[in-house]
Amino acid sequence: MENQLYIPTVAELISKGETPDLLFWVGCSGSFDERAQRITRDICKILNHVGIKYAILGTEESCTGDPAKRSGNEFLFQMQAMMNIQVLDGYEIKKIVTACPHCFNTIKNEYPNLGGHYEVIHHTQLIQALIDEGRLKPADGHEFKGKKITYHDPCYLGRANEVYEAPRKVLESLDADLIELKRCKSNGLCCGAGGAQMFKEPEAGNKDINIERMDDVIASQATVVASACPFCMTMLSDGVKIKEKEQQITVLDIAEITVRSNKI
Amino acid sequence: MISQLVFAILLLGAGYYFYLNAAKIYRNIKLGKKIDRFDNPSERLKTMLLVAFGQKKMFKKPIPALLHLLVYVGFCIINIEMIEILIDGIFGTHRILSFLGDLYAILIGSFEILAFAVLISCLIFLIRRNILKVNRLNQAELNKWPKTDANLILIVEILLMTAFLMMNAADYKLQQLGVAGYHTVGSFPISSHLFAMLPDNSSSLISIERFCWWFHIIGVLAFLNYLPFSKHLHIILAFPNTYFSKLEPKGKFENMPAVTAEVKSMLDPSIPPPIGEVSRFGVKDVQDLTWKNLLDAYTCTECGRCTAACPANITGKLLSPRKIMMDTRSRLDEVGKNIDANKSFIDDSKTLLDTYIRREEIWACTSCNACVEQCPVNINPLEIIMGIRQYIVMEESQAPSTINNMLSNLENNGAPWKYAQADRANWSQQ
Repeated sequence: MENQLYIPTVAELISKGETPDLLFWVGCSGSFDERAQRITRDICKILNHVGIKYAILGTEESCTGDPAKRSGNEFLFQMQAMMNIQVLDGYEIKKIVTACPHCFNTIKNEYPNLGGHYEVIHHTQLIQALIDEGRLKPADGHEFKGKKITYHDPCYLGRANEVYEAPRKVLESLDADLIELKRCKSNGLCCGAGGAQMFKEPEAGNKDINIERMDDVIASQATVVASACPFCMTMLSDGVKIKEKEQQITVLDIAEITVRSNKI
Repeated sequence: MISQLVFAILLLGAGYYFYLNAAKIYRNIKLGKKIDRFDNPSERLKTMLLVAFGQKKMFKKPIPALLHLLVYVGFCIINIEMIEILIDGIFGTHRILSFLGDLYAILIGSFEILAFAVLISCLIFLIRRNILKVNRLNQAELNKWPKTDANLILIVEILLMTAFLMMNAADYKLQQLGVAGYHTVGSFPISSHLFAMLPDNSSSLISIERFCWWFHIIGVLAFLNYLPFSKHLHIILAFPNTYFSKLEPKGKFENMPAVTAEVKSMLDPSIPPPIGEVSRFGVKDVQDLTWKNLLDAYTCTECGRCTAACPANITGKLLSPRKIMMDTRSRLDEVGKNIDANKSFIDDSKTLLDTYIRREEIWACTSCNACVEQCPVNINPLEIIMGIRQYIVMEESQAPSTINNMLSNLENNGAPWKYAQADRANWSQQ
């Protein structure tokens, strides 16, 4: 389906006597959710394009434990964490890039205390660094030029870890019309999926959170909403559908925007 | 001489009563569990200076921030005047600091301007609460006492400032009349405008001046003793509360050490399981919280910035982070009274969870940290919410069924959905 993208696992590299410079932590959404899989492949395309020697854990990857911890099951969280740390340390992994802010937060902040010490970055930070180094550059005549683009801050990237600038730098490189939502950066409004809400029905209220957020997006008059989290992607895409704005508003991940604008 | 004695007795009595209640609050906070918030003192001091002293986070909302700043600066500066009142009261002197001359005039002049600014700001605050009905100041959890508490504070501040200005006005008029004991000192940019309201005879003026003086000092002492029972306690606790802030990224949640020990022994049989039972996983009642959570509860001044930013509350769910803090304080006060009456805590078949906080509130949280981000004094309602979830899940296994499904998927196939572990990398083969 995709153009012969070769995605190595760490085990494969090791068997060839090689080691990856960077581990791409795909995450459960990126592995199983169809919409998120497209983002996962785009991140791989970017990594291939710039020639970073990376690998994934493949079937050896398991949930970081974030939804267990946020729903109150500390046992399950720590079991997951320690098993993952065993795998990562077994392969002597030093540097990790994640596609999901929840994985990013958990491995970066909550694994060290359990013995897992890695340099962890989110894919928007990687892309920003590649732009800064001149290794990625939007191609001439790409589709985002002059378009109204807005950015929805994922809570676990923004407030939780204060990564506000990296995704915006990526969007600024597009020569697009970047507009901020009414509630943005540290005041950003959650998409409604965090804290294990993704996996349950919302409590009784008068509105769904993603609809509240979609009102911000519609008010901004942006035609593209960029995000950087698979959960936000689900919630925002659902919001666009419910508001019947599929013709007017596209929800894209920063990685997808990068692939398209760089014509990779 | 009698007035000096009365003054001294009032002062000592007020000081002692405040000490008694402050000691109870200190004891209540110490009921919480241990947490180390004494590391990195320079960073902590910096946080306190910026957030509490400098009011940095207040300015997310510029208009109330400015009004609050006026009240805050006014309160701090006008308290310098209290030094003079104390000395005058004890030694029977009058305006003892007037030997400072021009400096004294500048001080009194600026006190007056600030007092006026405080008065106007408090009036605007009353209007915002009671006439404009700003949403976050009129939500359900504020019904009854909290609203009265808020209005009382504002009214008392207005009365104190009025008394201060009236005292100065009467004093100034007495100075002008050349009445003995009222030597010409100070400058009165605001109170001089109150002249027309005052009588011309000196004995009435002296009565007004004395009444306002006593009203001011008694009011201040009464207000001090009101603090331990009021949300207004934040004027003191904002400082330690910001000093003991969490300095780590907001997304980082504590790993429970008791669980770590157990999981380690499960994964590696050579490590012996931990000895002794953990009394309780998670939070059911206030004693299960950390002392910082309890300090948070006493520091909360119920401004509702947290609730106004909470995605669950905005969309009509029951959760209000402010209510979580208010409930924690109410329950802690109740536990404190229980200890006062019984020497040690005797089960009253009430708990923070269920008696005060409903499960529906706890499960509505998205852990987005908006409440933590908004709080002008670095209170963390999210830690309490997560602690209660841990109790519900680990002690009771009473999570919503959808959450239990997710957890069992995670346990069985390493993902929150029902997909086989072996299929995890299928996407890479397509």
